[in-house]
Amino acid sequence: MRKILPALIGLAILVLCSPAQAFDQATATALSVGDSDTRIEALNKVIAAGDAAALPFLERLIGDSVKTSGDKVFVVDGDKAVDPVTGKPAELPSDADDVVNSNRMRNEITAAISVLQLSSPDRAVRLVAAQSLQSGDADESKLPLVKAAEAKEKDPQIRDMLGQVEANIELTSSDKSLRLAAVKMLAESSSPNVKEMLSSRFAPDGEADPEVKTAIAAAIKSVEARLSRYELVAQVFTGVSLASILLLAALGLAITYGLMGIINMAHGELMMIGAYSTYVVQNLFRAYLPDAFQFYLVAALPVAFLVTAGVGMAIERLVLRHLYGRSLETLLATWGISLFLMQLVRTIFGAQNVGVENPGWMSGSVSLAASLVLPYNRIIIIGFSVAVLGFMWYLLTKTRLGLFVRAVTQNRTMARCVGVPTARIDTMAFGLGSGIAGLAGVALSQIGNVGPDLGQHYIVNCFMVVVLGGVGQLAGTVLASLGLGIVSKFLEGVTGAVIAEIMVLVFVVVFIQRRPQGLFAMTGRSAEA
Amino acid sequence: MIDHRNPPGIFARLYGRTGWFLFVAALAVFCVLVPILNLALPANSFLHLPDYWVALIGKIMCYAILALAMDMVWGYTGILSLGHGIFFALGGYALGMYLMREIGHDGVYHSDLPDFMVFLDWKAYPWYWKGTGNFLYAMVLVLLAPAALALFFGFFAFRSRIKGVYFSIITQALTVALMLLFFRNETGFGGNNGFTDFKRILGYPIATPGTRMVLFVTTALTMLGMLLVLRYVVTSKFGRILMAIRDAESRLMFTGYNPLLYKLAIWTFSAMIAGLAGALYVPQVGIINPGEMASGNSIEIAIWTAVGGRGTLVGALIGAFIVNGAKSWFTQAFPDYWLYFLGALFVLTTLFLPKGVMGLIDKARARS
Repeated sequence: MRKILPALIGLAILVLCSPAQAFDQATATALSVGDSDTRIEALNKVIAAGDAAALPFLERLIGDSVKTSGDKVFVVDGDKAVDPVTGKPAELPSDADDVVNSNRMRNEITAAISVLQLSSPDRAVRLVAAQSLQSGDADESKLPLVKAAEAKEKDPQIRDMLGQVEANIELTSSDKSLRLAAVKMLAESSSPNVKEMLSSRFAPDGEADPEVKTAIAAAIKSVEARLSRYELVAQVFTGVSLASILLLAALGLAITYGLMGIINMAHGELMMIGAYSTYVVQNLFRAYLPDAFQFYLVAALPVAFLVTAGVGMAIERLVLRHLYGRSLETLLATWGISLFLMQLVRTIFGAQNVGVENPGWMSGSVSLAASLVLPYNRIIIIGFSVAVLGFMWYLLTKTRLGLFVRAVTQNRTMARCVGVPTARIDTMAFGLGSGIAGLAGVALSQIGNVGPDLGQHYIVNCFMVVVLGGVGQLAGTVLASLGLGIVSKFLEGVTGAVIAEIMVLVFVVVFIQRRPQGLFAMTGRSAEA
Repeated sequence: MIDHRNPPGIFARLYGRTGWFLFVAALAVFCVLVPILNLALPANSFLHLPDYWVALIGKIMCYAILALAMDMVWGYTGILSLGHGIFFALGGYALGMYLMREIGHDGVYHSDLPDFMVFLDWKAYPWYWKGTGNFLYAMVLVLLAPAALALFFGFFAFRSRIKGVYFSIITQALTVALMLLFFRNETGFGGNNGFTDFKRILGYPIATPGTRMVLFVTTALTMLGMLLVLRYVVTSKFGRILMAIRDAESRLMFTGYNPLLYKLAIWTFSAMIAGLAGALYVPQVGIINPGEMASGNSIEIAIWTAVGGRGTLVGALIGAFIVNGAKSWFTQAFPDYWLYFLGALFVLTTLFLPKGVMGLIDKARARS
């Protein structure tokens, strides 16, 4: 009943009044001439009538392009004047004055425009109107129209907003039960605006009735609780998002360093090459397959994987093969390779960042509440990292290659004795780790700049994840990246980004001192190499 | 090999006849010939050494001292540090604080405080700037700041028996963390821009040819003196234990030694040498900023040592001169190719020259 009745009243008003009170010369005059009080009265009449025909005129009025001369009203357009009702050209008298709008008048007109726009067929217009009503202060004269609009509204988001607008208006109503109902309704909200509004009513010059006042206090508390809960969710989300990126970047390392024990300082550069592969695929699609441009990212995945896997295998064959067992030398050689690759990319693509575009389906966001907006690309990357993790887990535990890789890791000599081609497995495994770095590069190209030093930003953090998680442990890598991601995002909220990063690094260093084998220790006899 | 029951004289223990001859020759070149060629000869003379060369060689000598420090921990003890750039920069910053105070009122704002503090609207020096106006205290700080960090970090790392690549990666993390810290304005070391625009050192204007030459000769003496000191260390029993740690740490432990103390001692000592190198570097180059702490710089130190030959000391000096000489030549002649060259140097040295240039010399000598 509570919803239907006002709706009926609103409808009745609309049906009864609209044809009778069409926008005419007299209304235009009343709106433009006289002091603010009489003009506002006229404005309220227009609102009560729900006369959408007055909209263009009101917009001109707020745009300061209306002049009056005596009782005559003119809409001025450059140096021409037209009649506000008929739209016919008119002669502008020389004594015509500008209509001056006080701030109060402006607020009133803006509110009136918004209210009238609520019946617009265009969703975007209605949304903007509802937003403006929500942030401005609408008074009781708009209540019937807002209620009518809410009853007609089909879009849940706008309907919610209108409900809030109603509650806002009712908060200042002279009827105590209406005020109480409004407070109760607002207590369900999760918008920071509502909290502000309730607090302003709670102030000494706001609500006087003690009962309503306690209700407001309770409502503020509940809105605040909800807000902080949403903030928590948002922080966890950004933390998980960072974790997914760390995980993607570190998964490749979990193979090359974790399983094979190769320190690959060029890992970041392999990611960079993956990102540049995405860029090249994007350009190819733009040039040859513009219709399928949306899907270039899907095509970039195998390309980036194969390119980086190829580069990785070449590195393994040409350099690392000769350095097995000399891990410090491996570190230096791969650092040299990373410098080489960076300069190579600079020579080919230039030192500037290149532009990689998000395809349409990755831009945009899903909004769970006014203060909780989750971008699609972050969500997709979280999903992607889980998929890559699953892919790796499958490869390592369910395939012959994975079996061989684990065998070589556990006991190289014995593996060779039973016929595992260890040398080829080394190459394949390194290629796999590199290819996964390439996949990470595709993901990174979607959320940040793609430039020659892209990898440099990630390499230290990647190693931190792998070291923290424990060498040779997928589960440890996952847990470490989640932990690092969420902890650093929470710290960021407290201390700022730089200090947070420093604290995380120091934390990892301290942690490793306490537990050198990482979160998950490898069990076995390989106590010391 | 040294016969410990029948110890040779100190001179004979450090170097043979050829070694001492080369040492004295180097001493003469750096401390006599260079000053004469640069200061005494007229600028248009054929043999005149331009200021540019003095500045460059002076800078490279600082790097060479840094390479000596690296050789002690990596070449002799087997600990690859990716954080020596931090110790170097800390030493540089410590002396930089003194140099900043020596500017006095001659800064842009003519204030008691350095310009960057005026810019941040600070009213007084932070507590850690206390006393840095005193040169001797600043020099103590040059040694103590890196030493304190190294001692603290090393104690915990070595106690947990972190070694090998693990240790290297952790030093790199530490480097990145400290670099980020120094990039912040609030840290009180000038943020991005660091310290620059020095005017005086010990009351003398810092950019005159005379002062520069004094700094140059001081650096040369430090470098060559440090070479002797470290040579003394590595030929001592202490030095042999370091090498034992490098080659077979477990065995050393089982024979009753505690590697922790030895590692900690050489690690801290090496950090102090690096700090000293930084302190010599800053007045000659005229600037210190957090860019010096970038992790790439620290890794480059390792390649200087590797190119010259690890565990030889002289090799560290040779490597620093070769790589940095090549760097300044490349960055002028072919700036785009320097990173290719450096990258290739890393790869080729580790693949084909595990003993560096010194290894080549030894091989050539053995053949003849």
